[in-house]
Amino acid sequence: MTEQPRLAEQNATVALPEPFIRWFGEKGWSPRAHQIELLARAQAGQSVLLIAPTGAGKTLAGFMPSLTELANWPRRKPGQAHRGIHTLYISPLKALAVDIERNLGKPVEEIGLPVTIETRTGDTPSHKRQRQKLVPPDILLTTPEQLALLIAAPDARRFFEDLRYVVLDELHSLVTSKRGHLLALGLARLRSYVPGLQTIGLSATVAEPDELRRWLVGQNPSGAMAGLITVAGGARPDISILDSEQHVPWSGHSARYAIPEIYEAIKRHRTTLLFVNTRSQAELLFQELWRANEDSLPIALHHGSLDVGQRRRVEKAMGENALRAIVATSTLDLGIDWGDVDLVVHVGAPKGASRLAQRIGRANHRMDEPSKAILIPANRFEVLECRAALDANYLGAQDTPPLITGALDVLSQHVLGVACGAPFDADHLFEEVRSAAPYAGLARETFDRVVDFVATGGYALKNYERYARIRKTVGGLWRVSHPRVAQQYRLNVGTIVEMPELNVRYVRQGRGMAGRGGPVLGKIEEYFAETLRPGDNFLFAGKVLRFEGIRENECVVSNGAGANIIVPSYAGGKFPLSTYLADQVRGMLADSNRWQALPEQVADWLRLQKEKSVLPKRGDLLVETFPRGNRHYMVAYPFEGRLAHQTLGMLLTRRLERANARPLGFVATDYSLAVWALDDMAALFKAKKPSLAALFDEDMLGDDLEAWLNDSWMLKRTFRTCAVIAGLIEKRFPGQEKSGRQVTVSADLIYDVLRSHEPDHILLQATRTDASAGLLDVSRLAEMLSRVRGRIMHKHLEQISPLAVPIMLEIGKELVNGGANESLLMEAADLVEEAMGQR
Amino acid sequence: MNFSLARTSLIAEADLVGIAGERAVCDRRGVLYFPDLRLLAVSDLHLEKGSSLARRGALIPPYDTGATLLRLQAVIADYQPSIVISLGDSFHDGGGAERMHASFRERLEALISGRDWFWVAGNHDPEAPADLPGETVRELAIGSLLFRHEPTKERVEGEIAGHLHPCARIVQRGRSVRRRCFAGDGGRMIMPAFGAYTGSLNVLDRAYAGLFRLDTLMAYMLGAERIFAISRSMLRPG
Repeated sequence: MTEQPRLAEQNATVALPEPFIRWFGEKGWSPRAHQIELLARAQAGQSVLLIAPTGAGKTLAGFMPSLTELANWPRRKPGQAHRGIHTLYISPLKALAVDIERNLGKPVEEIGLPVTIETRTGDTPSHKRQRQKLVPPDILLTTPEQLALLIAAPDARRFFEDLRYVVLDELHSLVTSKRGHLLALGLARLRSYVPGLQTIGLSATVAEPDELRRWLVGQNPSGAMAGLITVAGGARPDISILDSEQHVPWSGHSARYAIPEIYEAIKRHRTTLLFVNTRSQAELLFQELWRANEDSLPIALHHGSLDVGQRRRVEKAMGENALRAIVATSTLDLGIDWGDVDLVVHVGAPKGASRLAQRIGRANHRMDEPSKAILIPANRFEVLECRAALDANYLGAQDTPPLITGALDVLSQHVLGVACGAPFDADHLFEEVRSAAPYAGLARETFDRVVDFVATGGYALKNYERYARIRKTVGGLWRVSHPRVAQQYRLNVGTIVEMPELNVRYVRQGRGMAGRGGPVLGKIEEYFAETLRPGDNFLFAGKVLRFEGIRENECVVSNGAGANIIVPSYAGGKFPLSTYLADQVRGMLADSNRWQALPEQVADWLRLQKEKSVLPKRGDLLVETFPRGNRHYMVAYPFEGRLAHQTLGMLLTRRLERANARPLGFVATDYSLAVWALDDMAALFKAKKPSLAALFDEDMLGDDLEAWLNDSWMLKRTFRTCAVIAGLIEKRFPGQEKSGRQVTVSADLIYDVLRSHEPDHILLQATRTDASAGLLDVSRLAEMLSRVRGRIMHKHLEQISPLAVPIMLEIGKELVNGGANESLLMEAADLVEEAMGQR
Repeated sequence: MNFSLARTSLIAEADLVGIAGERAVCDRRGVLYFPDLRLLAVSDLHLEKGSSLARRGALIPPYDTGATLLRLQAVIADYQPSIVISLGDSFHDGGGAERMHASFRERLEALISGRDWFWVAGNHDPEAPADLPGETVRELAIGSLLFRHEPTKERVEGEIAGHLHPCARIVQRGRSVRRRCFAGDGGRMIMPAFGAYTGSLNVLDRAYAGLFRLDTLMAYMLGAERIFAISRSMLRPG
């Protein structure tokens, strides 16, 4: 499938203007083959996807068609009208746009090109935005949200009428989310303004390049694809798994055991980048490293909750090579150019082979030198996962997630945005929307319901006709009914809906809530702050902080200390184990020959499991049962990731309840699932009441799922996101919280009312689709259940097995969601009664 | 339906709360019932809040009036009160009663008929609701009780009010639970908002300052099956 780029000399037809040839000559460089290839294809009128590892000169390649063309454009004569935008560059990160402005500006200046380059992001001041409208730059660097805003402006068509190219950076990361849907719709709109528009996608290696190739071009005819240029990977990375002298723990995620060894590695290298999977892990690791930091090495922390100013300082220090180590989460995943990193340490399992490859690519930004990386598994299952990921990375395996069908809440937002720009004809817009790959399969009926939703809410009870946001006018065009609608749209554009957050405001110790005016350290999720009580100590921004209280939209803190330190948990950021890696781990468990590659203590653990219980075959599902204390346990090992296991746990406990096994709870990890009950589940299976096969039957995904889903807190959270994106409720802005809870209608209340009165409403439909794919991972559960049919292996034991130890240690750490809130209230009420002597 | 059966099966002696010498049931659905007076009080219905917001461009589902009336119907069917007091903010705005769909109006009229029905004026609906039966009053004194929409700052024994939409929050085992609640100190009672789209304000908020004797303040939090009586020391702000 890969088309090897031909050598530059063979592309004699490519017109590389003279100043470029001279510039390459002065630098002592020659254009790389893929840069020339891309230029040739673009000049031939093609859209192109360029897949290349970091350090391959991707960015310059992406801009070559624009720069060479602009170099030959005649200069504007005085008095002549200003030209529109020539090239639009879109990246997922504001920071990346700023970075590119710097990196591209240099060659443009050196070559002496008469090209103007400007950024437009949420941070761009309004006078500059207005000026850009009047005097557009040749190249505009921006984000998907800004494109949506530009399209919703009345002058959009004129602004984009000279557009030739759209360059999409980090395309692999853009396309997997709702931002990708919004962007795909925006591109479709641009193509309707400029039918000959060409796109250039820049991407890291992905599992299914064809999906991206279709994404880049209009799907009329359907299945059309952009051209593909693939640059083979650079030098093979040098990756190892830490073979610790210390005992590798059974469970947990802190990797505290490895701190001395990590610290030694930092000392031996120039700059070390330490990746973790969650912000809580980042805080913990940073704290532990500073505890070990006898030499006071400059070690910094970088994650998405920290104050922007602080993040920029860390980035700057890193660029200047002033740091020896940076602890970071996925905020640093994307292709920003960093200083001289010579070691990547990955703490915790990478959860996906592609993610590991991309993170390791951070080290040593020159593609012909090998990157060096150490993986630090935090527990024993992670040792297996790291080994599997490492094997996969050597094999070049790819497990980027598949693209999902375009979301209807995003489409609603887009339809309103289009109307804000100019009146639209529904037939034309439908065709345009279907030309965007994520919406290629959209049915006309669904589209019409979306338009109806945008107009009046789309309710069966037609109460809101007179309040319609858009109206079909006499000429058959849909128009915005009031200028206020457009204003509201502009405030709410975008698909990133944050959990409600509070600013963390630092005050001097002893001032309590009276303290004012200290610095903001970052943002913390409201639901975490709500569980704190004044005087509690917690870890944030690398400091131990004392919680003083909540004041309006701020969480007030002072210097803290003490032994009982709480680490905030964050809702996002936990990636589930990829399907590919899960299969690899199962394969490794089943094949004792591969255990030689594992650390001795882990291989021993597996041998012991084989002796005391059994190890499942690669495609089988092992279910162990054993008594412990006065309870009966069932542990299953599907290796399908925490989300799918949580869903499975919910459904299994419902079924066990019906079978009168009296289940008490369950806990799920990425690897396994434990359910405990008062009754002996093994005896039930034996008596076939139900049999194990019947318990795990796929039919659980029918009514049981439906019944549970409707009351699930996950669905409410998903609904809130959908409702904000679709424009039903407004985004919450900092400061607005002051207006008080009694004024706004919360998404939860709307959800309850809508669900009981119009369960088939389009927004609930969108919510269920989202929840099934995201928080519930239903499709993965379904695949697993169908795979293991007839292949479930039951092992009854007298006592806990070695493989079960890790999950048994998790019990009690997490409360099961669901009816639990009522029992918490009950506990509190009972405490009150007790204290008042009423019992 | 058999009244007396309905009433006795609903009320257990232990569930009764004292307010200025009168005994009342704090119903988990958010209404207050005085069995000795056969009086039911409900507060902050905020009917037609959905259409009120829709006028300003937020097209939230138009089912709130229907949902609120359905719940009101259920509690009235259970208690069969002879007096009903709607404690103010019955409609979200002055035009609410006029905008109400004909079918909802009929249901509401059916509830009112055969009872003494009082509309206490609220800040959202200071005028009598258009074309609806029932008597509109600024406040209403019955026995030792005084019903009004906004609680007054000075101490008034027996005052039953709404307006503030109280809720309470506890943290148990590191988890936070927030519910609407009745807030009372034995002398005064502030009722939770009943309407489907009504939000709530923590009973520890500044807005409640001076309203309660803090040593006897209790929050009666609404649960799925019952009321949970929580003393002030266990409550959390926010």
